[in-house]
Amino acid sequence: MIIKQLSVFLENKPGKLCEMVETLANNGIDISALSLADTAEYGVLRLIVDKPDRAKDVFKEEGVIVSVNSVIAVAMDDAIGGSVKILKVLADAGISIEYMYACVGKISGKALMVVRTDNQEMAEEILKNRGFGQINPADIYRI
Amino acid sequence: MPLRSENIEKMPREELNKLQSKRLVEQVKRCYERVECFRNRMDEKGLKPQDIKGIEDLHKLPFSYKKDLRDYYPYGLFAEPMENIVRLHASSGTTGKRIVVGYTENDLEMWAECFARMFTSVGVTKNDIVQISFGYGLFTGGFGAHAGAQRMGATVVPMSSGNTALQIQTLIDFGVTVLCCTPSYAMYLAEEIERMGVKDKLKLRIGIFGAEPWSENMRSEIESKLSIKAYDIYGLSEVLGPGVACECEYQSGMHIWEDHFLVEIINPDTGEVLPEGETGELVFTSLTKEAFPVIRYRTRDICSLITEPCICGRTHIKMRKPSGRSDDMLIIRGVNVFPSQIEEVLLNVSGNHITPNYQIIVDRVNNNDTFDVNVEMSESFFTDDIKSIERLERAITEQLRSSLGIGAKVHLVNPKSIIRSEGKATRVIDNRKGKI
Repeated sequence: MIIKQLSVFLENKPGKLCEMVETLANNGIDISALSLADTAEYGVLRLIVDKPDRAKDVFKEEGVIVSVNSVIAVAMDDAIGGSVKILKVLADAGISIEYMYACVGKISGKALMVVRTDNQEMAEEILKNRGFGQINPADIYRI
Repeated sequence: MPLRSENIEKMPREELNKLQSKRLVEQVKRCYERVECFRNRMDEKGLKPQDIKGIEDLHKLPFSYKKDLRDYYPYGLFAEPMENIVRLHASSGTTGKRIVVGYTENDLEMWAECFARMFTSVGVTKNDIVQISFGYGLFTGGFGAHAGAQRMGATVVPMSSGNTALQIQTLIDFGVTVLCCTPSYAMYLAEEIERMGVKDKLKLRIGIFGAEPWSENMRSEIESKLSIKAYDIYGLSEVLGPGVACECEYQSGMHIWEDHFLVEIINPDTGEVLPEGETGELVFTSLTKEAFPVIRYRTRDICSLITEPCICGRTHIKMRKPSGRSDDMLIIRGVNVFPSQIEEVLLNVSGNHITPNYQIIVDRVNNNDTFDVNVEMSESFFTDDIKSIERLERAITEQLRSSLGIGAKVHLVNPKSIIRSEGKATRVIDNRKGKI
């Protein structure tokens, strides 16, 4: 299923990441998953949180550069080769992955993959047809 | 648009020159008698006041410099006793001791009149509500604009600078139609107004911005963000304060009020007066100032004059926007670099996505100049995608190289991380002192 992800522009300076997560903590927002993409000069922090719209407002008030975008969240078996099945389905369909990150979820025996592809609708459709991705939204925002 | 004083603003050139000559002769005589520094320089050149018979003799007179204001700090250059001085202003001393300027009652009248002419020339009327968001205090902007707006009968909101939220609230609640502030602060206000989504509640129609350099691109960005017409003014404390020159409704250069100020363009290296239309250093002589008159004052501003008649009918000469200050000019790896060039590139390259808030940092490492440009990242550009950010960074780097002829290291930094003072922005940090 398609869920909301927050992306934040971060300068590479000590304490910047800490400031961001602290801002969320102070506003009672829970982070479910995060990933940090970095270059030499700056990074993009990607977050899945329990209240994405509230988090966006909070960041905006703080003057943080933030965008909300759609990513696909898919549940996979928390077992050897669990991610292979999903990636193979996408690869066979000729869909390219721009980035992904994963975490172990609260649903017993399942892990969660967050993925952004060059064709989100098609990717979601294919995964749904193959029986992936039927997750309760509540479980995603509170992994 | 109406003119405030048609007989002066449209005075035929010959008549204007006659008036200038008469005033120059008087001013030179007065300064020779009253200002030691000027008298010494005249004596060194073997000049007597009677050698100056009119503006044709202007080039014979000695120059004066910003350094003089420091050497004769605080009152050594005043031509009136303190009992006649009714106001002092001072400029922030970023490069050493601050400078002090004084005004008599007549000087303040003249200043207000110059500003009133300007308000009138861009279409401000008695029905306008004018918010002055220049700093009130020792800085000349606030009180100068205030006096002019009041003199022409507009309603003045003496807001001063700072407290952005209250500034915007006041613009909305008071139905302000004219805003006066520095261009960088106007841009900041425009961004905040956009962020808050309150543009529809504004009644603003005219902006009068000055006291720091800004580009044509910045003007169009402010104009579109606020849906106003933005006009440029020019001035410096040593000559008067803002109000020495300003644009008319045609926005095609700033009319210098030549009944009060004589202007020349000189070669900054040789001091020789340049032919009409050439680019060089702007030099002013204040013809009517009493407390602190200047003779051939070197402004360090680099610009050119427009002598062709203006469509508005004013006969007073126009100056172009200064392309830089000769003391703002950086020499990096032997190449002359003006901060304004960098500003142009930033706006062009990003297709107006990036706000022109930037900072240049120059240093010297192992006898080589390092040249870094920090650019604030802007919301409108940011996507989730690292590739697009890298593309932007590369585009800025390449454009800077082709425009300046030397390479700069570009860093995209967090928004509002570059200090955007509510007075003037610090655009350049040069750490090379003592390393050369």
